[in-house]
Amino acid sequence: VCTHRVRSCSSIRFIKSKYVCVFDKSALKFSHQQRLFRTSAVSCGQIVQFKLSDIGEGITEVTVKEWYVKEGDGVSQFDSICEVQSDKASVTITSRYDGIIRKLHYNVDEIAYVGKPLVDIETDASKGVASEEDIVETPPMSHEEHTHQEIKGHKTLATPAVRRLAMENNVKLSEVVGTGKDNRILKEDILNYLAKQTGAILPPSPKAEIIPPLPKSETVPAAPKDKAHKIPVPVSRPVVFSGKDKTEPITGFHKAMVKTMSTALKIPHFGYCDEIDLTQLVQLREELKPLAQLRGVKLSFMPFFIKAASLGLLQYPILNASLDESCQNVTYKASHNIGVAMDTEQGLIVPNVKNVQVCSVFEIASELNRLQSLGSAGQLGMNDLTGGTFTLSNIGTV
Amino acid sequence: MVLRSSLKSCLQLFCFLKTPKAGFRSTTSGGLIIQSISNDIYQNLAVEDWIHDHMNLENRQVLFLWRNSPAVVIGRHQNPWQECNLRLMRQKNIKLARRRSGGGTVYHDLGNINLTFFTARKKYERMENLKLIVKALKALRPQLDIHVTDRYDILLDRQFKISGTAAKLGRTTAYHHCTLLCNADKFVLSSVLKTPYKGIKSNATPSVPASVKNLFEEDPSLTCEMLLDAIAEEYATQHQIDHHITLVNPADETVLPGISNKTKELQAWEWVYGKTPKFSVSTCLNIAYKDSVIDVKVDLDVKHGRIEVCNIDLPEQWLPPALCSELVNSFTGSKFCPNEITTLATTLLRVCPQDDDTHSRWNLLCENMTMLM
Repeated sequence: VCTHRVRSCSSIRFIKSKYVCVFDKSALKFSHQQRLFRTSAVSCGQIVQFKLSDIGEGITEVTVKEWYVKEGDGVSQFDSICEVQSDKASVTITSRYDGIIRKLHYNVDEIAYVGKPLVDIETDASKGVASEEDIVETPPMSHEEHTHQEIKGHKTLATPAVRRLAMENNVKLSEVVGTGKDNRILKEDILNYLAKQTGAILPPSPKAEIIPPLPKSETVPAAPKDKAHKIPVPVSRPVVFSGKDKTEPITGFHKAMVKTMSTALKIPHFGYCDEIDLTQLVQLREELKPLAQLRGVKLSFMPFFIKAASLGLLQYPILNASLDESCQNVTYKASHNIGVAMDTEQGLIVPNVKNVQVCSVFEIASELNRLQSLGSAGQLGMNDLTGGTFTLSNIGTV
Repeated sequence: MVLRSSLKSCLQLFCFLKTPKAGFRSTTSGGLIIQSISNDIYQNLAVEDWIHDHMNLENRQVLFLWRNSPAVVIGRHQNPWQECNLRLMRQKNIKLARRRSGGGTVYHDLGNINLTFFTARKKYERMENLKLIVKALKALRPQLDIHVTDRYDILLDRQFKISGTAAKLGRTTAYHHCTLLCNADKFVLSSVLKTPYKGIKSNATPSVPASVKNLFEEDPSLTCEMLLDAIAEEYATQHQIDHHITLVNPADETVLPGISNKTKELQAWEWVYGKTPKFSVSTCLNIAYKDSVIDVKVDLDVKHGRIEVCNIDLPEQWLPPALCSELVNSFTGSKFCPNEITTLATTLLRVCPQDDDTHSRWNLLCENMTMLM
């Protein structure tokens, strides 16, 4: 009875003049009465108990695995409500109504029963009307074959408002790629589609940041028979910027880096710049590269720089030293553990080659290969990343 | 206009998807058989998603054939730490994927074939599909002793599992997919599907281990191609369509618009690890350091793949207490991931007092922690 009442009210609301004659007078009278009856109850929404529908294969109970909504959330028709599991089948339960979630009947990992209430949804009196229409997935009033077919024939997710917009603009929903949740088609998608068709300027949507000016070719329609070139007239568009500042806490790796970088800044800094002619090194590397290749090692310039750094540190050990926090004592490190800065997904890390002072260039190259492949696979260990005494940064590769 | 045949097939698929009322050529639009040209698990799972979300299956059904390079695939609601040896997989470059259907964990490689049966939600019928497979196999090799169990497994010789099943039901469509072992590497399979991680307490769906066997072991003349062909033929017969397999390229946005987004989503850490139902780890690390072994009690709560609560119980003064609490603080909120923890721990170490003993202990503790992940 309730459903029927709702349907006939909606027919009055969305009726176009040519359909009035479809309904006989008694129906009109009935709905008129009902409408009066309804207006008194319009202030509070209806709480609908949304029951768990049949899963098929005779299944009577399922386990609730994940809720996508919580009490108080707004939902639209076709939004995913939860994921349940039964015997190797994972089922996405979607909402039949637009409204607000008022109660979840189960917790995660509890057993839910087919035919019993799953959630309570408070439907807005007026909205509830539209969504019940769409249970059958076709707008009941539309006899325009074009729209009727395409909406019935395609599984496209779109709210009634979006469907109306598409219909009014003669847009086939099947042609539009949805960018909303579950690939539903949003109002923006219809507008974007229209813009592509007509090159029109769109009203900026609330989410838009900067709308770049359209390329000139779109503003000047091609005239195929006109051989003379038209001078394109640049059209200035108002640049709409609606970005907002965003504050978020610093955590994890970034927090650790804040600490290390701040501490590093506390000790005295020494800067020096020089330029070195590498002509001979380039030649040497060319000669040695194939030899290294034969032994399975990729020889870059870094192993040479690393060894050179170590030789330098032998002459100036103060540069292979560290200061304590109060700058009272300096510790000269015996090992030259030379680190090479690497850029990874996590951020900047510095794996190091241990004891370069006793390694040959070839051994350094081999170890560097190992660190590089572990680094790119995200598998560097604690030992590889700690104990460094001196670091080389090749900005070209970072 | 002359079209290359692959492009033509793609266009056919595209037309098929766009104009449901038009049949094409000799087929009565009752069914479609498609095969992926990719061996990437994420791309292929994305194709399943795409068909599930975009195709109208009211009056037609689709069979999707695919194979993957080595990967472990866990069910929607499973815990990868409980199901497989993630450490070994990282070393061997075996991918981890989480599918959208339920069920347990399986190992894929090119010796395993995957079949997905897409239907309207109302026509979801797993038994029918599995019987179709058995019929096809028996037509190919009548001597095979294979049957379907009531757990939707296919058994060879009454004892060895050659196929596992899972399903996904949406609002209007559903799919049932299953594996079929032709010539997979059983040694790798059993080593990656054995978890080394202890002390995990979780409500995630557990897998049911089973002895497996390859069809190839029963009959060495069988290949994956033969099996795929036989099954496609049986499907074509039952649906009264041409035995024609349309090739699909999961990287082609023009035929499958939006597919690369789906692939990205399936590869993302947030999906693969982040969707793990919350669990706790309660274990004891035995750390050997300089002639003594210490016991370290570790309790972790992991939610959405991140450490929510972290308790490390060290013997007194084994590490400076300030350092200890630094460690615990930085681990909290971090991903339950060895690389993440290593990076954090080594970065923090750079601001701690420069003594070798502390460094070594810190390194040992953190290394042991990463062994839990």
